Amino acid sequence: MPERLNVTKTYKLFIGGAFPRTESGRSMKVAAADGPVVAHLCRASRKDLRDAVEAARAAHVKWAAATAYLRAQVLYRLAEMMEGKRRELEGAVAIGGGIEGEVARAIDRVVHYAGWADKYPQALGCANPVAGPYHNFTVPEPVGVVGVVCPDDAPLLGLVSLVAPVVCAGNACVVLASERSPVAACVLAEAIATSDMPGGVVNILTGLREELIPHFASHRGIDAIHAAGVGEEHRRVLELGAAENLKRVKVWVPEPDWFDDGACESPWCIEPFVEFKTIWHPSGS
Amino acid sequence: MTRQAPAAPRRLDFATELTRWEYAAAPETTRVEIAPRYGHFIGGEFAAPAGGGGHFASINPATEQPLCEVAQGSDADVDAAVRAARDALPAWAGLPAKERAKYIYRIARRIQERARELAVLETMDGGKPIRESRDVDIPLAAAHFFYHAGWADKLEFAFPGTRTAGTPVPPVRPVGVCGQIIPWNFPLLMAAWKLAPALACGNTCVLKPAETTPLTALRLAEICVEVGLPRGVVNVVTGDGRTGAAIVNHPGIDKIAFTGSTEVGKKIAAAVAGTGKRLTLELGGKSPNIIFEDASIDQAVEGIVEGIYFNQGHVCCAGSRLFVQESVLEEVVEKLRIRMASLRVGDPLDKNTDVGAINSKQQLATIRRYVEAGVAEGARLHEVNGHPLPDRGYWCRPSFFTGVQPSHVIAREEIFGPVLAVMSFRTPEEAITRANNTPYGLAAGVWTDKGSKIFEIARRLKAGVVWLNTYNKFDPASPFGGFKESGFGREGGLQGLRGYVRI
Repeated sequence: MPERLNVTKTYKLFIGGAFPRTESGRSMKVAAADGPVVAHLCRASRKDLRDAVEAARAAHVKWAAATAYLRAQVLYRLAEMMEGKRRELEGAVAIGGGIEGEVARAIDRVVHYAGWADKYPQALGCANPVAGPYHNFTVPEPVGVVGVVCPDDAPLLGLVSLVAPVVCAGNACVVLASERSPVAACVLAEAIATSDMPGGVVNILTGLREELIPHFASHRGIDAIHAAGVGEEHRRVLELGAAENLKRVKVWVPEPDWFDDGACESPWCIEPFVEFKTIWHPSGS
Repeated sequence: MTRQAPAAPRRLDFATELTRWEYAAAPETTRVEIAPRYGHFIGGEFAAPAGGGGHFASINPATEQPLCEVAQGSDADVDAAVRAARDALPAWAGLPAKERAKYIYRIARRIQERARELAVLETMDGGKPIRESRDVDIPLAAAHFFYHAGWADKLEFAFPGTRTAGTPVPPVRPVGVCGQIIPWNFPLLMAAWKLAPALACGNTCVLKPAETTPLTALRLAEICVEVGLPRGVVNVVTGDGRTGAAIVNHPGIDKIAFTGSTEVGKKIAAAVAGTGKRLTLELGGKSPNIIFEDASIDQAVEGIVEGIYFNQGHVCCAGSRLFVQESVLEEVVEKLRIRMASLRVGDPLDKNTDVGAINSKQQLATIRRYVEAGVAEGARLHEVNGHPLPDRGYWCRPSFFTGVQPSHVIAREEIFGPVLAVMSFRTPEEAITRANNTPYGLAAGVWTDKGSKIFEIARRLKAGVVWLNTYNKFDPASPFGGFKESGFGREGGLQGLRGYVRI
């Protein structure tokens, strides 16, 4: 018998800035690479997804209306909180047999996208030289609520690479963490909760893809899907469900090398999650 | 002439017999040649249909007379067209970009040179007023090719900082073979919207014009021959929805671009799910046009008319839901009534005509069903235009409804005809909420002389195109496309290129 029993943690869902248990009362075990159970997590249900979408919808409006400068600062603050939790994140990533340097790279990626919040409209938008007396310009606006399905490889860096471009643009999201290595996402949720990110902008669920992907696909409160590391069948399910309300879908096929800054750090990673609005106004009289 | 009492407001009242302005007929006299029968345009040649599709008649909706027969594209025709496009792809994509540009410039020039012929043909085949096909459709189609031609050798500047893994320099690559399915409301212009950016980016195309309006697309195929465009770069397969389905489902297609109804757009999205085909959709709308009490009302009334009666209301971005601030509702409705009385409905080839023929018998029946539904649900129908209509052809008087509830079918569904639903609002907040309360998000109009207000409303409207103190303006440099269930992807402008490149 040990001298002192460790207090093991049960990780909960992250919805609307709070940490509720799944309404379904189900849990999953996470085992270390070498066998022993290291954590228990919630196995989210369809109802949890609905709650998360509701929270995201409510949060999205204010987040989109916040100044870009503020969104940039909030994301940078998140990077600061992640740096403070670096050891814990590294431990969480290691459970799934993590990759060296993943946490540091994830933090740097958040810093990268913090900087895009007040620049991407300049990179993606423009003034248009129409043939007539009109002032005409095109601005990107956030699409709304994005469903994010995360890869198993690089469970933290992959998640951050999918979420940061979505959130910096003013979208809210509902994230399904890596199924194989979900603990890092739960630790990240704690970093988010203690950053200045408004509750509901990022919601994180842990659970089974097979169970939840069809609901991500068909939920009408979700405006777009961002996914990586899903198989062909799950991709088809996502795209088929998306057709019902014409969600915008970005599935990374093949999954990129998440350590490749060139592939993962660009306004073209933000672009699938914006709507271009073109505004005309007469000028001259 | 009667003398008006001094106190009465001075205005021309077009609505009364006494002051109605009559015009002498002013028919467009340019004659165009139409062959008795057309095949598909595949691999640079006009070919008789294979695979048993046969032919069907293209009708002039203003006379109900057949203009000619066109081919019904079969699976075999589509397959031949896709193979021709596939074969042409490497050479076209590999052509020096400057050379590609010059072909597209030539197409623009030939459209300009054949503009009157194309305008007359467009009007005969589709029923739109010659004034619009001559002044809007055809010049804009030429402008689209001209604008996009110049992009061909500048794509790296349209997508700065892009690269594919492992390469230091950004290759902006074409998507491949594009299947492009277009509607009947702006036949040549929609062909230009689809083909011009695709060609500029190095793609090859299989274009399917709508079954009621195939003739200008076939003329455009002739122009492709005239300018020496390499065989197979542009292919035109005519036919109905079955031909479109064959294109969507063909495994040799890399990208589908569709303009049409939301219902069909969703079916296409489902059909390409999991196939890896790229997709852009430009779909339906029920666009709000919002008039504030501090707007210039006379200009706004012109904007309302331009918004809903342009092209018989066969416009995906038509301003079909009119929201008028309560304090000016009566004034706006009265002025709209007077203005509408002066619209000339009739022979589309007459240069004075404002509202031409409804595109097809089927569409006329659809519009009539909606008008009946509006009346049945208790809205009040105003059909103020009393000009006599021709005996033959498909005609619909421009009209508007007052007393419309947001739940009424005429306030929710796309009618695609000259029918306007008029509603009122009290506060800007209410206007925004109601304007956004639709699954669509294609376009919106806002009328007010208050600068800060107009930009705040523009920011909060969920629509891809927002016209402030104007409506229904188009330009090749200006991206067009919707939010929400009005589709995704843009056409025109810098952002319109995105659907035709791999980065």
